[in-house]
Amino acid sequence: MIDRVNGSFTATMWTIALAALAFLTLPTLVIVAVSFSAGETLGFPPQGFSLRWYAALNGLPEMWAAFRNSIVVAVITTSVCVILGVAASLPLAHGRSRVIRALDALIMSPLVLPGIAVGLALLIFLNILHWKLSMLTLIIAHIVVCTPFLIRTTVASLAQLSPSFRDASISLGASEAYTFVHVTLPMIKRGVISGAVITFLSSFDNTTVSLFLSDAGTEVLPIRLWSMIEASLDVRAAAVSTLIIAVTVIMILASERIGGLSQAVVARSPRTEQG
Amino acid sequence: VASKIQSGVDVLTARLCAPLVGFLSVFFVLPLLVLLWMSFTAPTAPTPTLSQYGAFFGDAINVAVLRDTLVLGLQVTALCLLLGFPVAYVYNRTPPVVQRIVMILIVLPLLTSAVVRSFAFIVILGRSGIVNSVLLALHIVDRPIPLLFKPLGVIVALAQVELPLMVLPLISAMARIDVNLESASASLGASAWRTFWQVTVPLALPGIIGGSLLVFVLAVSGFITPSIIGGGRLLYMPILIYQQGITLLNWPQAAAVSMLLLATSIVVVVVMNAMGSLTRRYVSHT
Repeated sequence: MIDRVNGSFTATMWTIALAALAFLTLPTLVIVAVSFSAGETLGFPPQGFSLRWYAALNGLPEMWAAFRNSIVVAVITTSVCVILGVAASLPLAHGRSRVIRALDALIMSPLVLPGIAVGLALLIFLNILHWKLSMLTLIIAHIVVCTPFLIRTTVASLAQLSPSFRDASISLGASEAYTFVHVTLPMIKRGVISGAVITFLSSFDNTTVSLFLSDAGTEVLPIRLWSMIEASLDVRAAAVSTLIIAVTVIMILASERIGGLSQAVVARSPRTEQG
Repeated sequence: VASKIQSGVDVLTARLCAPLVGFLSVFFVLPLLVLLWMSFTAPTAPTPTLSQYGAFFGDAINVAVLRDTLVLGLQVTALCLLLGFPVAYVYNRTPPVVQRIVMILIVLPLLTSAVVRSFAFIVILGRSGIVNSVLLALHIVDRPIPLLFKPLGVIVALAQVELPLMVLPLISAMARIDVNLESASASLGASAWRTFWQVTVPLALPGIIGGSLLVFVLAVSGFITPSIIGGGRLLYMPILIYQQGITLLNWPQAAAVSMLLLATSIVVVVVMNAMGSLTRRYVSHT
């Protein structure tokens, strides 16, 4: 009797877990499959196999311009986030004081506050300052919402690091700067790299904040894709989506090899992305 | 000497944090304060006024949108908890090789654009999508059923987008549970279900609360998924903000709606954090 009850428990857990993993993965697989369709519509299963919709992307120069903008914004955002974020992580990782906790709450809050409100607030603020929307304003907004990702992984790696390494280096006469470059940084390198990859991808994928702060000249890829989906539901949108998925997969696998991204994600949670 | 070292540490802290904190003060805190101030203005009123909030609550449609948004948040959170808990439970009972693969399956959607994932649901839920194809092939329905532009479609798509955020805190909370407690329960004669409800679930409470907090807060502030799946036919608070702020250029009203949404998020974060620290204390005492 007990065995049957316990069997039903295990079966229920595994069934729901496998269904949930399928639910997580299927949408990505469906988009990739549809993008290779030879047919005219987004129906599933796709009709035949062809690369015609990828070839059709050549006729979309504005898509490539948006792709280039997205890469430029993500690279600059990530670089600034690494510099500002690693510096701020050093005191955040070991401090327990009220000031440190308040700073931590401030720096992390863009994660849980609605991106739409943050975007609107920045738009109104820049308007009052008479700043025109440009690549610069877009990058500023991305830095605000992407820094927490870098801080999380960096603080997590620093927290695992015993302070005695730093203390030993300092007591042997090394300066703070020398100690950071030659002792601390090599040991937290993996956390920083994972954080940089997550920061890059969150900037590359950010849509909500970009919607407020980019104009025709600085349109980014997710927004271009969105306009395309709204204008005409054709298979080219699936081809663009598959390219975005490919960028994501390559970066995740690369950083998994270098630094164990998945461990960093678990260490860093709770965390977030906007739907 | 101790105080001298202490102040030296504080100076270093200040110097390391200053660039980021300065940047966020100017481009994050200040804009939010401007937004707060703007929510108390009106083109006709020279002094601060509550008229934007009055206008919001004076319109039954807006109140319904606020209610629908909170309901959506609860539904998405419940669905994520239902699907996410077994994933975390099974994850902590599989060998490391499998864990690595499962973790990539969880992280990949998390880091994939929400536009792409919502677009995928248009393909899945559309008239000639997978769901309708299967239902038609099995003769469960005789014509395609409308799934897009409906709250159910938004709930399902948002749950897929937010599920990793439920699973990750659950995995770290459940990894901390001492397996001996579960075997003790079993050897004392409790069934697997009873052990689950009376041992595993209570000990996983910090993860349940942490995950639910994130999922709820991000579901009520989700803009992309409800816009794409709702096709402009469903209204939620973020869509209202965008309409007022960008389409109608009514910034004071958009600011007031933003403040209500921000207040909702902050209340949820504060309440759940308080519950979280209570349960963490409970868990560490057992």
